[in-house]
Amino acid sequence: MSILNKTKAPAGHVERKAESTASDRVVAGTSHVVLILWSAIVVLPLLWTFMSSFKSSAEIFASPFALPSVWRFDNYTRAWTEAGIGQAFGNSLILVGASLVLVMLLGAMSAYVLARFKFWGNRFVYILLLAGNTFPVFLAMVPLFKMLERMHLLNTLFGLILTYVGFALAFTVFFLHSFFKNLPGEIAEAAAIDGAGEWRTFFQIMLPMAKPGLASVAIFNFLGLWNQFLIPVTINAAGPKVLSQSLAAFAQQMGYAVDFGALFAAVTITVIPVLVVYIIFQRQLQGSVSQGTSR
Amino acid sequence: MTLPVPGTTTGGGLPAAAPRRRKQLTWDKVSFMLVFLGVPLVIYGLFVVWPFLQAFYYSLTDWSGFSPKFNFVGLANYVKIFQDDLFLKALGNNILLLIVVPLVTIVLSLALAVVVTVGGSSKGQVKGLKGSSFYRVVSFFPYTIPAIAIGIMWGQIYDPSGGLLNGLLRAMGLQNFKDFAWLGNSNTAMFASMFVIIWGFVGFYMVLFIAGIKGIPAELYEAARIDGAGRFRTAVSLTIPMIRDNIQTAYVYLGILALDAFVYMAALFPNAGGPENTTLVMSQQLFFTAFQRGQFGTATAMGVVMAVATLIFSGLVFLVNRLTGGKDQELV
Repeated sequence: MSILNKTKAPAGHVERKAESTASDRVVAGTSHVVLILWSAIVVLPLLWTFMSSFKSSAEIFASPFALPSVWRFDNYTRAWTEAGIGQAFGNSLILVGASLVLVMLLGAMSAYVLARFKFWGNRFVYILLLAGNTFPVFLAMVPLFKMLERMHLLNTLFGLILTYVGFALAFTVFFLHSFFKNLPGEIAEAAAIDGAGEWRTFFQIMLPMAKPGLASVAIFNFLGLWNQFLIPVTINAAGPKVLSQSLAAFAQQMGYAVDFGALFAAVTITVIPVLVVYIIFQRQLQGSVSQGTSR
Repeated sequence: MTLPVPGTTTGGGLPAAAPRRRKQLTWDKVSFMLVFLGVPLVIYGLFVVWPFLQAFYYSLTDWSGFSPKFNFVGLANYVKIFQDDLFLKALGNNILLLIVVPLVTIVLSLALAVVVTVGGSSKGQVKGLKGSSFYRVVSFFPYTIPAIAIGIMWGQIYDPSGGLLNGLLRAMGLQNFKDFAWLGNSNTAMFASMFVIIWGFVGFYMVLFIAGIKGIPAELYEAARIDGAGRFRTAVSLTIPMIRDNIQTAYVYLGILALDAFVYMAALFPNAGGPENTTLVMSQQLFFTAFQRGQFGTATAMGVVMAVATLIFSGLVFLVNRLTGGKDQELV
């Protein structure tokens, strides 16, 4: 085997190609078994939910495995309209979209100033932002509820947007801070010499350079805000429902009405779009995790 | 309320200010700093810092939340909640979550990450398992799903008669599980819930650890191999110490999550608390106390207890990491 390899290999190099030993194969085999097992634990519930979303309640209870007798797409129609998932989906899109744009802009701005300018109080502001990450959100909820009520922002999307921005800001600044710190300073200096002001330098030079960092933070912020449950349930209980709220309300109803097919359909509607987007962009995301942790 | 205003912006409101500074403060620079730092900090201060500060104050009052008037009662709320059996029960449940969830999640995700990254051949270059990116992508799926959806989904999976779990167990011939109510039995409800949370996070931390492991220089692995270290030894003595900081971060975040756990418990148990309150958590008690009972003062005191528990926990994690961190320093 090794002789064969050597003759094939380009001359001059010691052949280092792996020749798998018996123990290697055992390790690799066991590894695959473990990983496949975990993958199955992850995927099976999702597939089962997807399959059940086409069944009637009676079929779901008759057998958890049997395929639906007919593929009931009307489960989806009922979930979308009667359970209000469609409306909530739209609300969530507006809410998360607006919050995301705002928090990325404001987060990039303050991270940039904190990372690249020296001034008295810089460190204090940075630590204050970090501290916001460690306190449980719950502690703020009760006073926030009363505050928004006084500001007439309770149960409004606008109040939610501002709160989302506030709570996502800490993470955004924390992540982008190191990113801006590591951007080369020469280019900004060159821009200053050419007469570009601070504003122009930021928007035309620094922000475009920070694109990879911005993209990864945006992905994590999107997931975090899209999945948010506690904040809307507290300060938006009577407002325009967001997706997670609608889903919870629908599941809660299940205690009385029995439409499990539609419940599974509602869960599927919630899961599929983000999952598909993730699968498309997963390479980008894997890269961003390593960027985020290696600094 | 007071917002932290950076020195330069207050000191140099006008372009003519402060010739002693190294660089001239132009209007361009001042307006830039004011807007860039000011606007985000106003929102952050108003919607995050200020409510947190208020919470500490309200926890010392008997405010109902609905009347404008309230009295200062000192530590009475704290005395009350620490004599409240239900809250203590919830605190205990949170501590149980705090012990089990981060530990199991990290051990599992670390094991999977190690297997994926260095599970390949023991000869030649150190490399990962074939098809590792497939496992990585699939494991990350749950992280993209809203927690509430995860909770509802698992609530159905655990369903005694129509659920996937009992269906599988019956298919394997275990007829004892014909109608076993995983979430209805006080012995299993908590562990079943823990599994749901762990399921949701293993993939995320696995990806995080994989990124950390890939950042370890390959020479170190080759050196370990030349020194005759086996796979297990390499994982324990090289990989884990090298990604120590990632593990610490994961521990803190999972701890914060375990001290909250509101979404999962709310989704899994429509009747808050579960069987014999075995899955009642502090956040649920807080929510109930504030918005159903109308005792905002008492509720914020519970919030403060949660915050203190979080800080103690984070402090402990940092301390343990610091105390056991001696070897790590030498290695680097």
